[in-house]
Amino acid sequence: MTDRSVASSLEPVITTKPLEVESPFRRIARAFVEDRLAVLGLVLFLVIALAAILAPWITPQNPYDLAQLDIMDGGLPPGETSFATGGTYWLGTDQQGRDMLSAIVYGLRISLLVASVSLGLAITIGVAAGVAAAYFGGRLDALIMRVVDLQLSFPAILIALILLALLGRGIDKVILALVIVQWAYYARTVRSSAIVERNKDYIEAARCLGFSHRRIMFRHLLPNCVPPLIVVATVQIAQAIALEATLSFLGVGVPITEPSLGLLIANGYDYLLSGRYWVSLYPGIALVVTIIAINLVGDRLRDVLNPRLQK
Amino acid sequence: MSLLQVRDLATHFFTRDGVAKAVDGVSFTLDRGEILGLVGESGSGKSVTGFSLIGLVDPPGRVVSGKIVFDGTDLVAAGEPAWRTLRGKRIAMIFQDPMMTLNPVLRIDTQMVETVLAHADVSRAEALERARQALVRVGISAPDDRLKSYPHQFSGGMRQRVAIAIALLHEPDLIIADEPTTALDVTIQAQILSEVQRLCAETGMALIWITHDLAVVSGLADRLAVMYAGRIIEEGETARVIERPLHPYTKGLIESVPHGKKHREMLAQIKGMTPSLLNLPQGCKFRPRCPRADDACLEEPALAELAPGRRARCVHPHVEALQETLVS
Amino acid sequence: MIVYLVRRLGQSLIAVVAMAVLVFLGVYAIGNPVDVLINPEANQAEVAAVTQRLGLDKPLWEQFVIFIGNLLQGDLGNSFVYGRPAVEIILERLPATMELAFVALVLAVVIGVPLGVLAGLKPDSIGGRSIMAGSILGFSLPNFWQGMLLILVFAVMLGWLPAGGRGQTVEVLGMRLSLFTWDGLQHLILPALNLALFKMSLVIRLARANTREVALQDYVKFARAKGLSARRVVTVHVLKNIMIPVVTILGLELGSMVAFAVVTETVFAWPGMGKLLIDSINLLDRPLIVAYLMLTVLIIVTINFVVDILYSFLDPRVRLSEVKG
Repeated sequence: MTDRSVASSLEPVITTKPLEVESPFRRIARAFVEDRLAVLGLVLFLVIALAAILAPWITPQNPYDLAQLDIMDGGLPPGETSFATGGTYWLGTDQQGRDMLSAIVYGLRISLLVASVSLGLAITIGVAAGVAAAYFGGRLDALIMRVVDLQLSFPAILIALILLALLGRGIDKVILALVIVQWAYYARTVRSSAIVERNKDYIEAARCLGFSHRRIMFRHLLPNCVPPLIVVATVQIAQAIALEATLSFLGVGVPITEPSLGLLIANGYDYLLSGRYWVSLYPGIALVVTIIAINLVGDRLRDVLNPRLQK
Repeated sequence: MSLLQVRDLATHFFTRDGVAKAVDGVSFTLDRGEILGLVGESGSGKSVTGFSLIGLVDPPGRVVSGKIVFDGTDLVAAGEPAWRTLRGKRIAMIFQDPMMTLNPVLRIDTQMVETVLAHADVSRAEALERARQALVRVGISAPDDRLKSYPHQFSGGMRQRVAIAIALLHEPDLIIADEPTTALDVTIQAQILSEVQRLCAETGMALIWITHDLAVVSGLADRLAVMYAGRIIEEGETARVIERPLHPYTKGLIESVPHGKKHREMLAQIKGMTPSLLNLPQGCKFRPRCPRADDACLEEPALAELAPGRRARCVHPHVEALQETLVS
Repeated sequence: MIVYLVRRLGQSLIAVVAMAVLVFLGVYAIGNPVDVLINPEANQAEVAAVTQRLGLDKPLWEQFVIFIGNLLQGDLGNSFVYGRPAVEIILERLPATMELAFVALVLAVVIGVPLGVLAGLKPDSIGGRSIMAGSILGFSLPNFWQGMLLILVFAVMLGWLPAGGRGQTVEVLGMRLSLFTWDGLQHLILPALNLALFKMSLVIRLARANTREVALQDYVKFARAKGLSARRVVTVHVLKNIMIPVVTILGLELGSMVAFAVVTETVFAWPGMGKLLIDSINLLDRPLIVAYLMLTVLIIVTINFVVDILYSFLDPRVRLSEVKG
């Protein structure tokens, strides 16, 4: 018993030594780049994200400025030249003569916007609920976890459908639905790692020193919950993108005026059978590449951050 | 002709960190009805030798060279088809942990009947009857009830009896027992040992008893082979090896066994640790731990016959022990 | 056991009530219930009459009591589009969805388990790696996109199978099913496969992980030492051990199949309740939407309840064999 308490009080001293040589961030980064596929995923994702952010400046046309569209260019297959401007439509055009490449980059913009805003909100709510549940325990913990369990017992898509069927379409409503669907995962993840942390000696010490609840929760508990949180977040952001695309494909997601990738795919879906595959296929490929890129990064992060797999 | 002849057997594991030579140049022979004790610390290659003999070395491990001549056939050359016809029929194996050797989700009768049917063309009823008899033979009472049970309803010793019964189903010529009593209580251990001894005498089967426990095997085996770092370093008749060990390692092993001769006598121990198989020392593998080692030991010695029926792999064997016997 | 049963039943009831409250709030508190529940084409007098009948002029809590009361009687109003009770219309569509979900579940197990076992036995082989890569794709790619690819390849490019619809059905036990006609079966394959893909990926992962673990167990090596054929070792000794966790998880996933059917049914124009939901959303047929949501919640809660109870019955043996195995 005495031995163990001595050992655990020595622990921080022992572990900080190597960290002075190499910060945790650098160690993780170094381990991350050992996997080439993960690096490829990261590069792909950065390119995609950058393209989405810079969409208005890098696309050949603004696909939603009707003045820039020419109905003469409607339904052109990939690689055709425009009758109006003489430019090349590398990925073809849709019925209204909209350049698919531009539409896809704009679609990515919406998809990533919805996913990242909902991610941020869901993490904030989930972390707050999870840390509070773990730190205070008791009834608050029981209440929060009941709600989490209840929600997770239903498929995410059903909950999102309920909300959107009742609320109607809209970017804000899709974000709300995604936040409600996702917060529970973060809450559960954070709670379980925070509970492990809470029972360690140094939290007790912080309490004895008279630190405020908020300080202990956010300065001491939270940092230890970050690695599992990152892993769950990479999985969840891919899920969020897929779910948003699905909802928009079903016609209950984003409005027609602000089409995400899912809605672009749905719009082109009718042409799929008649042979104009590009209207639907290329947005689909963009969606899939984005999701795979994030998953590659996420898989590697999970390996790198999992303490059990570290040598 | 002897039942089993092993010549220069080498089984290596091709791991990511390098090639682990778990068994490297093991040779021995075994006659019908003979009991051989294969002794060594964990990591000495004794279990891998056992699995090599029955053709069950899992990847990344592989028998890379050598001969295993069983009843006139070289199994290494004949390969998996030959092993498949022998396994369970003429060569059987008993494992270390009886808690793990029986499938938890299958009833005992299923696990026994399938073994009978694997090698004998008999009816299910006949197979069940053989299973019942095998249980009786290893001293299990109420075999009919036992057959209908699941393994978790049995104690450890009982399970090991069932495993032995399964091994006996086809009256094999050779049984390889991989530390079968290590996981059991001392009293159960003694029961199983005497049971096995009786069965060997009754059926005339040969037995290779793999163990790290010299005390257990010394009362059972006709001959001992001591393994260290994938090699046999000493071999001979059990009583003579125990009384007059030739290899310093064997001597150390014997001296570290508590033997009620002197009350409160300090037990000797071999200093140092078993070397990593990935990074073996040059020359004699025991050299870094050996009290007798010198520069001559940098050249690895061969397993040499130092007296009739006494072989050891050592540059400086305890030959004085042999001379003592000659004088006396 | 009885205590557990009662507690579990209580949890299920709470789940249904919580969802009912959510739907109620969505309809009555956030939206304008007059818009939601009364046909937009009704005239002023009709609106007044229905408002009265539904009690929309009463306070919120009273409306909730009426809502729950009607719910218990299975009355969720009339569909605007069909002019018939919404619950009735949904129940007509239920067999199509259940057939799809059931066939998909069977496919997920029948294809997923062997692939998972294969990948588990040879994790480093090319086959094992491709199976895993496939399952990761099946896991992460949106279901509707997989469905579109299936249509593009098997219906448009190869022309082997129809792209949508349900095909010929026959009446079996009072339900119209496609499973028993050749035409119906052809129509069923692609949507069922599509719905199965996600669960199949899950089954592959589970089966692979468990196979890897089981294959290392001494009892598998002992089975080989007994002289059993590789086939018997895998199909009896390995398979029997991995089926326990696989079946446990799948039972709990059955409910989500019904929800995910919404996507598959929309992609393949499969006339089940999921397609009905999306059509109703587009037509603003709100009583139907509410009826679908409540019914699906009820189905999922019921399935989870039944599966839980079944496994708690099986539990003693499962738990024992896991601990000792």
